[in-house]
Amino acid sequence: MVRNKIYPSYFTWGTLAFYSIFFIVPSLMGFYYSFTDWNSYSDAIHFIGLDNFKVMFSADENYVSFIVNTVNFTISTVILKTVLGLAFALILNEGIRMKGFHRVMLFMPSIVPMLVVGLIFKSILNPATGLLNETLRYIGLDVLTQKWLVDANWAFKSIIAVDTWKGVGYIMIILLAGLQSIDKSYYEAAEIDGASGWHKLKYITVPLLMPALAVTTVLNMLHGLKVFEVVYVLTNGGPGYATDVLYTAIFKEFSMGRYGVGTALSSMLFLFMTIIGYFIIRLMAKEGARE
Amino acid sequence: MKKNPVQFVLKNSFAWVLSIIMFIPLLLIVVNSFKDRVGANSMSMSLPKTLHWSNFATVIEEGKLVQSFFNSLFYTSASTVLGIALSSIAAYIFARNATKLNRFLYFFIIMGIAMPINFVTLTKVMQVTNLMNTQLGIIILLAVMSIPFSVFLIYGFVNSVPRELDEAGIVDGCPPLRLFYSIILPLLTPVIVTVGILNFMGAWNDFVLPLYYLNDTAKWPMTLAVYNFFGRFQVNWNLVSADIVLTTLPVIVIYLLGQRYIISGMTSGSVKG
Repeated sequence: MVRNKIYPSYFTWGTLAFYSIFFIVPSLMGFYYSFTDWNSYSDAIHFIGLDNFKVMFSADENYVSFIVNTVNFTISTVILKTVLGLAFALILNEGIRMKGFHRVMLFMPSIVPMLVVGLIFKSILNPATGLLNETLRYIGLDVLTQKWLVDANWAFKSIIAVDTWKGVGYIMIILLAGLQSIDKSYYEAAEIDGASGWHKLKYITVPLLMPALAVTTVLNMLHGLKVFEVVYVLTNGGPGYATDVLYTAIFKEFSMGRYGVGTALSSMLFLFMTIIGYFIIRLMAKEGARE
Repeated sequence: MKKNPVQFVLKNSFAWVLSIIMFIPLLLIVVNSFKDRVGANSMSMSLPKTLHWSNFATVIEEGKLVQSFFNSLFYTSASTVLGIALSSIAAYIFARNATKLNRFLYFFIIMGIAMPINFVTLTKVMQVTNLMNTQLGIIILLAVMSIPFSVFLIYGFVNSVPRELDEAGIVDGCPPLRLFYSIILPLLTPVIVTVGILNFMGAWNDFVLPLYYLNDTAKWPMTLAVYNFFGRFQVNWNLVSADIVLTTLPVIVIYLLGQRYIISGMTSGSVKG
């Protein structure tokens, strides 16, 4: 009772109102509009049942491939960033001069706007004049040159690589912080017992790093499922529909005025991420409360 | 630790190679922003023969950068202030008055970290609230998008501020709102600075919200302006590079000045060991 006087609940109403109106309400509205033919050409909105979902999963359309691409992007970037980030963190953990400088450098790509990264790599990955192919030719590795963003076999891999370039430093620094919190005495004890480097990694480092690894996996996963800008800028879904992901498809539906289908796609993503998010965020809420 | 000179050299070279790989793409843009059109055609790392400062003048004029710079500055500052105001007071109440309902509401808000935004139906909300294609609309959206993570970070910090301070304030007859802004808020400075810098950079870098909700070029922030400029001047990579440099410079400067806060804020929220 006294608590409610000192810390009145109505202080939170403004925040809750803004958050609900601009964040939650649109998502809930999405479920209703998913079952309608809402579009920009007519003012009347009709209930059309599952038609939008039939369109999404019909064989003549590409929506299934957008979902597959999104999942593919997410899994690939989670694995690449975690494996590379961990490897870099292990190498750079000890015996490095000018640590602060390297930290600033490796973190730099994470703070540059994704849009700018996309534009820069559009130039670097240009098949004729790009820095990457030029360098490969210069060192005599002509065979490795590719039409990075134009060739349907390479475009999506290139996008994944660019996203990894941008994000791996961030992941590495989280893991580095985790590594430095591991008590050195574990390693000393293991050394006395004659453990090999591999065993130390497997039985000490990785298990003790699990909380940090869980966090980076979650961050990468949420980032991957929401991917938009890097694809939009680098290829805009091309060649054809080869690199379209959910959010670029939603933007295209939006631009064409096909709001119903766009909303149906968005709602599906919402449902999926909210279910996964529920478990992750519950864990985060508990961690926060324990402090 | 064993001192192995070979290992030492290998490790340090590796660190340098990594740093260079991270830096070259950014350097490439800076180098080419000083070339003339022909020189920047190949977008190579070769240094420009003469420094064409005029590129920047051209870009500022052609790309309407002055206007979009002030737009960006306005959206970013206003949304950061609004976001912090909304997040800090809610986080404070949730942490101090942890009733069942408040714990649920805290969870409800930080669920936003995972939930994706439905941009299509958000249009409808923006139309109903008359915020479509307005500067206020973008500011509100940027602020709202920052709420979940900000509440999460500030909530953790409020718990570390001793309650005795609140009690002392109450004994002195401090009303609830003043207790918050004159006693608690100053003590939250470290986390507010971190959240502020993160949100500032997030808002500056944002491209999606104006892409959906601002049609009027006069209201565009820098990111959208640079993208549009790229569309118009694709062949002039020297100009595009200069535009990119000017767009990115503010974030890089803030990053270099506040890197301690930024790196610790972006990582400590996740690993508190």
